[in-house]
Amino acid sequence: MEEERKPPLGQRILDNMWLLLALGLAVPTISYTLWGIIELISMGDATLP
Amino acid sequence: MSIFSPVGNWFKAPTGTERLWVGLALTWCLIMSVTMPYWHFKGKQNSTGESYKVEASAFLDRANQFIESNKVGEEKGVPIVEPSPGGDAYLVGEMWRWYPILKLKKGQTYRLHISSPDLQHGFSLLPMNMNFHILPGYDHVLTITPTSTGDFEIICNEFCGIGHHMMTGKIIVE
Amino acid sequence: MNATQAIAKFRTCKTTGLRVFRNAEFFTKVNAVLAVVFLLVGAIAAIGLALTRWTAVHLLGSVYYYRMLTLHGVNMLVFWIIFMEMGILYFACTTLLNSRLFSKMLGWISLALMGIGALMTNYIILAGQADVLLTSYVPLKAHPMFYLGIILFAVGALIVCFNFFATLYIAKRDETYEGSMPLVTFGAMAAAIIAVLALAHGAAALIPTFMWSMGWIGPVDPGLYRLLWWGLGHMSQQINVCAMVSVWYFMGTMTTGAKPLNETVCRGAFLLYILFINLASAHHLLVDPGVGPGWKIWNTSYAMYLAVLASMIHGYTVPASLEVAQRRKGFTKGIFGWFSKLPWKDPGFSAVMLSIIIFGFMGGITGVTLGTEQINIIAHNTLRIPGHFHATVVGGTSLAFMGLAYYLVPLIFQKEFYLKGLARIQPYVFGGGIVVMSLGMSFAGSYGVPRRHWDVDFSGSILSAGFDPIAHVMLGLVGIGGIIAFLGLLLFIGLTVATVFFGRSNEGRPMESWQDEHSTRMKDELIEKGYEEEGKDYEHIKTPGTLTVVIIFLLTFAVYYFANWKALADLWFVR
Ligand code: HEM
Ligand SMILES: [Cu+2]
Ligand SMILES: [Cu+2]
Repeated sequence: MEEERKPPLGQRILDNMWLLLALGLAVPTISYTLWGIIELISMGDATLP
Repeated sequence: MSIFSPVGNWFKAPTGTERLWVGLALTWCLIMSVTMPYWHFKGKQNSTGESYKVEASAFLDRANQFIESNKVGEEKGVPIVEPSPGGDAYLVGEMWRWYPILKLKKGQTYRLHISSPDLQHGFSLLPMNMNFHILPGYDHVLTITPTSTGDFEIICNEFCGIGHHMMTGKIIVE
Repeated sequence: MNATQAIAKFRTCKTTGLRVFRNAEFFTKVNAVLAVVFLLVGAIAAIGLALTRWTAVHLLGSVYYYRMLTLHGVNMLVFWIIFMEMGILYFACTTLLNSRLFSKMLGWISLALMGIGALMTNYIILAGQADVLLTSYVPLKAHPMFYLGIILFAVGALIVCFNFFATLYIAKRDETYEGSMPLVTFGAMAAAIIAVLALAHGAAALIPTFMWSMGWIGPVDPGLYRLLWWGLGHMSQQINVCAMVSVWYFMGTMTTGAKPLNETVCRGAFLLYILFINLASAHHLLVDPGVGPGWKIWNTSYAMYLAVLASMIHGYTVPASLEVAQRRKGFTKGIFGWFSKLPWKDPGFSAVMLSIIIFGFMGGITGVTLGTEQINIIAHNTLRIPGHFHATVVGGTSLAFMGLAYYLVPLIFQKEFYLKGLARIQPYVFGGGIVVMSLGMSFAGSYGVPRRHWDVDFSGSILSAGFDPIAHVMLGLVGIGGIIAFLGLLLFIGLTVATVFFGRSNEGRPMESWQDEHSTRMKDELIEKGYEEEGKDYEHIKTPGTLTVVIIFLLTFAVYYFANWKALADLWFVR
């Protein structure tokens, strides 16, 4: 039957809580936290002319 | 119903008014997305966060040397210091004062170094309402060009202990 | 109650027909009660703050002002909101999925940790050993118990999230429900995902700080601390957003029989939250040293404003679903005929509707604008910031949670409210007060009036400073709005506490409706039809009213946004 087939990919993604959990943790950690830490540690020393 | 489980295939694109709104909202989001980078290149007011690691004592030494060699007066015991146009100027924010008083020239650009030897402070320039965050250990450099003349107040807008409300300073622009 | 049900693990709700699982119900109740207790502590501090910022009154001395500010921030933003959210998580993963709770044991452990943590933190603040404000920016140092209390609380909350995910897992494995999880549970799941990340950042910021306060390690870098702390501080606001939006959907259904127009759109918007909303923690660091413009612009824009898109979507779909529900009931007159026929006297409804309006028109517009990298120069640490977040987390989230409580108490505690007339006006009093206070804060802040500041006359300073008289008038509005909101809050606390402990029981009966017979019947019919028609949509029903409102919203947004760019352009040049 038509309805018995697997739902479309988008629906399966939205139904997959582990995938959402993984993405939800990874994206901000990389973009905000890790990138932010890299910015902080790559700061140079003041020369104070 | 938001409280019942949808069954079967419910995945489908929006239609009608909903589709229209999603499109409008997306357009607005894209407009805002280009405005910030546009201003970064074309605008005159940006917070680039230019800064360097600095020891508190080294910064204080440099600031005191700057005060000694450029001092032009005093107000209520606070030195008034005039940096050379286009040059570096130093401002210390500590519990609970901003010093020295800076004397700047309208239209000239200065590299203003601000740091703190103790706690975090909030540099807030009034009545313009320009605000920057100051951290101990960080030499925060603002490349600043006054565009108006007069006396300007500096206050502290990050909590820095019980005397926080007494922490003030001054910039004079001619 | 018959014998089989007495030993059963659940009871069947006489109002909704849903199964309420005993274990989860217990934890929902305890968390909700604790939430209200800490709300009261926060409220007592709040009135002191409002009356101190009102310069003509200037109630508290400086020491007590900062102590009450710490107490208010911690109890409101952490304990009230998060306890309430934990209650919602317990409910959303059991009753709505028809599943038992994964572990009662974990429920107890998390409750103990959260309770002890909250008590420790409150004790040490009141003892005067932690006047460091909510953010406890290093190198400001508090007594170690302050950090430890918050760490214990956070670990407890993390365990609740684990229990929640484990329950979602067993519900799916045991097939307690068919198809996909309900939208409200999906939204709660988004909140839980964000909570895990927020609490992890909190641990990363506070555990080293705790060790430093014990003298075990050297100083913590203040820039790094801010980066990590705002991972906790702002991400927990995104938990609030997700929880609030879920409550909007839940209450939309409960009070009007509304049904989400398109599940894909609603869930897709939550997905955008999950992916992008947490980047916005960066907007606290926009005028900070140490982080560069690329990082600031990208993160504060939530990856090209995709999370703002999500909020704008919810801001349309919730009212549009109400409009469709109303039109299906036959309220089809004109563009706004459906609107005036909404159940405005039902406090569950009015609180949620006010929450949508205040959150959208005030909180959302100001938040996105103030969080713009360059515009933040004229907003950072001014009263514009509390003006913004009292419209999001108070007029938005807290008010929505109050609306929820008007249904939670009869349905979960099975007690009927006394003095229903007072309950009906409570959302308007509280919402109105918050609107006035938030406007006062925002306008005062646009003169540069700082937040977290005891004396804007700067008495005792060497170099004088001060503000325009109009700014003082605006601070008067903060005081007046604060008093009104405080009364609204006391009304809420008084009514719910009285009802929970002394209310008339409605066990074995459906809850008494807040609405008249006719509208109750109409909404119940829609809810019943919702079962049969699940999966169908109402695309043939147009939503011209909602479209008009959201277009007005967009125009307001654009005007406010560009007016702020204009104000910025008048400043000195700075890079
Ligand atoms: C009767 C209701 C309320 C009133 C009158 C009120 C009033 C105030 C006032 C006057 C301030 C101080 C602003 C300053 O001087 O910097 C403040 C700060 C704050 N409020 Fe409220 N508030 C209320 C409810 C809430 C609620 C329900 C929440 C959270 C859910 C909340 C969260 C906060 C936070 C996070 C701060 C900032 C604390 C800080 O700067 O560390 N408030 N509030
Ligand atoms: Cu200061
Ligand atoms: Cu200060």
